[in-house]
Amino acid sequence: MYKGGKIIASLIIFVAFLTFPFFYNMGKANAGPENLAANTKITANTQCVEPASYMLANHMQLLNQWRQAYVRDGLTEYTNSQGQTFKDNLNTCIQCHSTGAVSNTVGLSNPAVKNVGVSSSAVNTSDQFCVSCHNYASVEPTCWSCHSEPGGATK
Amino acid sequence: MLEKALTGSKKYWAWIIFLLIVIAVGFMAYLRQFSYGLGLTGMSRDVSWGLYIAQFTFLVGVAASAVMLVTPYYLHDFKKFGKMVIFGEFLAVSAVIMCILFIFVDVGQPMRILNVLLYPQLHSVMFYDMCVLCGYLAINIVVGWTSLGAERKGIPTPKWVKPLIYLSVPWAFSIHTVTAFLYAGLPGRHFWLTAIMAARFLASAFAAGPSLLIVLLLIVRKVSDFDPDPPGVGAIQSLVKIIRYAMIANVFFYICEVFTAFYSSIPDEMAAFKYVFVGLDGHTSLVPFMWTATFLAFLGIALLVFPTRKNKVLLPIALLSIFFANWIDKGVVLIIAGFVPNSFDRVTEYFPTSNEISIVLGVYAIGFLLLTVLYKVAISVREEKAQ
Amino acid sequence: MSINRRQFLKRAGIVTALGIGGSIGLHGKIVEAAAEAGYKTSSQALNAKHWAMVVDMSKFKSEDDFKKVAQSCVNIHNIPDFGNPKDEIKWIWEDDYEHTFSGGDNEYLTDSFKELPFVVMCNHCENPPCVKACPTGATFKKPDGIVDMDYHRCIGCRFCMGACPFGARSFNYRDPRPFIKQINPDFPTRTPGVVEKCTFCVERLAVGQMPACVEASNGGLIFGDLDDPKSEVRKIVSTKYTIRRKTDLGTQPSVYYLVGGGDHA
Repeated sequence: MYKGGKIIASLIIFVAFLTFPFFYNMGKANAGPENLAANTKITANTQCVEPASYMLANHMQLLNQWRQAYVRDGLTEYTNSQGQTFKDNLNTCIQCHSTGAVSNTVGLSNPAVKNVGVSSSAVNTSDQFCVSCHNYASVEPTCWSCHSEPGGATK
Repeated sequence: MLEKALTGSKKYWAWIIFLLIVIAVGFMAYLRQFSYGLGLTGMSRDVSWGLYIAQFTFLVGVAASAVMLVTPYYLHDFKKFGKMVIFGEFLAVSAVIMCILFIFVDVGQPMRILNVLLYPQLHSVMFYDMCVLCGYLAINIVVGWTSLGAERKGIPTPKWVKPLIYLSVPWAFSIHTVTAFLYAGLPGRHFWLTAIMAARFLASAFAAGPSLLIVLLLIVRKVSDFDPDPPGVGAIQSLVKIIRYAMIANVFFYICEVFTAFYSSIPDEMAAFKYVFVGLDGHTSLVPFMWTATFLAFLGIALLVFPTRKNKVLLPIALLSIFFANWIDKGVVLIIAGFVPNSFDRVTEYFPTSNEISIVLGVYAIGFLLLTVLYKVAISVREEKAQ
Repeated sequence: MSINRRQFLKRAGIVTALGIGGSIGLHGKIVEAAAEAGYKTSSQALNAKHWAMVVDMSKFKSEDDFKKVAQSCVNIHNIPDFGNPKDEIKWIWEDDYEHTFSGGDNEYLTDSFKELPFVVMCNHCENPPCVKACPTGATFKKPDGIVDMDYHRCIGCRFCMGACPFGARSFNYRDPRPFIKQINPDFPTRTPGVVEKCTFCVERLAVGQMPACVEASNGGLIFGDLDDPKSEVRKIVSTKYTIRRKTDLGTQPSVYYLVGGGDHA
């Protein structure tokens, strides 16, 4: 091969770069939200803004719509598919999805903890509910660099 | 054709490696800035644009200057520039890429920069600036690469290139006019609020850009077998004529500005000029820059007016004087002095930090690397054809 | 049918460009369309056609009068205190007559007038140059007259800061969180790299409350709908002598300073 030495060496370096993310993360895994299916069986009087199955699939789209409505259109109230009205504010979510907050009367935070228990090593016990799935999926939203995290916690 | 940039002398590779080192340092500095925030620069609440935007402003002018070669050659059949046009186009490519990079490092949320295209605001000059810059880059890359490729194969340039070339002429004027409009339309900044801003930008661009180009061509002559201006053609001297009159126009426009400011004696008009020439409220950091620029401007004009312009040593000195006079005026003074005094008639000075300067040098190094690679390709193609 | 490499690349490029261009075009439309369904304003919201503020200078005599006003804003909006003027972020502050108003330098003014603390903030101009400048629409004018900020969309280009003739805008040059004395969890902090300013407390108006500075000012700041002939701001502006900042620039600020009247000349 003409200039074979340089070509093969460059190829090896290139493949190493390309596969670096796999090597780096080999053997590590973020704890996932265990038992997600069980967590959606929430008791009758603790419904989320929309039914849990809808939220599972569409929560990011709903959040984007809420953001557009609240920030840019000045529309502060959202009426859901069942006719209930909520404030389209991140605080509405945090009322339930945070352990420490006084306003959390439902006791729900990270359903995985509630249903499976802290003792399970595979369960991410963070009480920042969003984080428990998002870390696992490695899809990190940037909300918390501005909005106060659940539980009123601050960095 | 890019493979031509992979072969070269020891000096060539030494230069490339030097540039790569500067780029690496600049990149590390940028990572620091990305994680900490723009507070690592000298910018403040009062002086919210600094060296980055100033370099962008200056380099848009350098990019636009390619039109000073394209127009005579393609529109007026001025054959003398024939061998030089490709170098002007490649300089434009390198300059526009530096402009885009300077904007990228200046923006507070670079990851969101596509918002300008996702949510276009037709009333914002900055939106149009992004469009015309990207368009100009595309035009010059396509035209330059295609015509060079055709030359290498020994065939005439494809017909569809001609309309693009014609398009590039008004487009070049537009990139610099739009950039001038960024400043000239802001009601609260009296140093910038002048109708003549776009004209000044164009005049200084057509002086600074071709000056740099000729200096680069003299270097090309020295380091390679290719001569972009063979003896007897007189292309460089023709371009010198353009530079001379552009610089005279530029200085004249500046004198007009100074006259309006001081003869009217309106405090808001005079304040920034006082700041740059004599200092304001005891703040004088830009004064040495401004007087150096003034001296270099007149020196450059004088050397180009008199027969000294034909002198092998004095010509590069004249051109570099003009280049640096314009660089100081646009790349140091104009942007910073626009914020002095601030909206409350107070002076906040701006001093770039070392991190900021590293990033500036890094971006310049990227531009020079690109320029080197593109020029090497062009020179190699021509050297090959000459054999 | 055989195609060569060049044709293949051309076709692949065109299809890719169409795909990307198409999806970008659709993206904006989908988000906007979805937002229309099922949203409304609160019944308690305060509405207006043109929110405006009158600063009654007779109520601002000393530093303390002004301090509680500024503090109310700092507290609820998580405004950081960096301790240096370079990175400073301020939404509402004060300055003297000479510096606040264009052509304000007059050596024969009375000393007491020269030292009066003029409360300054974003003027929510009717013709805002900052909105004109913003390339993404991150700052935008609402139908009720307020010039609002969308921190999600801001790319931090700072063009609006150059455009504002009043110096009303601040940029987050670094992370503000460590410098906030007491974070109010009900209002977001901001992230480094975005511009911010006073928004006439849109979030409070939406639930029927007056802006925080107005409440804290004890009558010094009067807020209302300039378009409503019965509002207090309209009555003051149309009957008493008020001045605004830099009116010759034509931006039509909505913050008026009530200087005419007995106590001070």
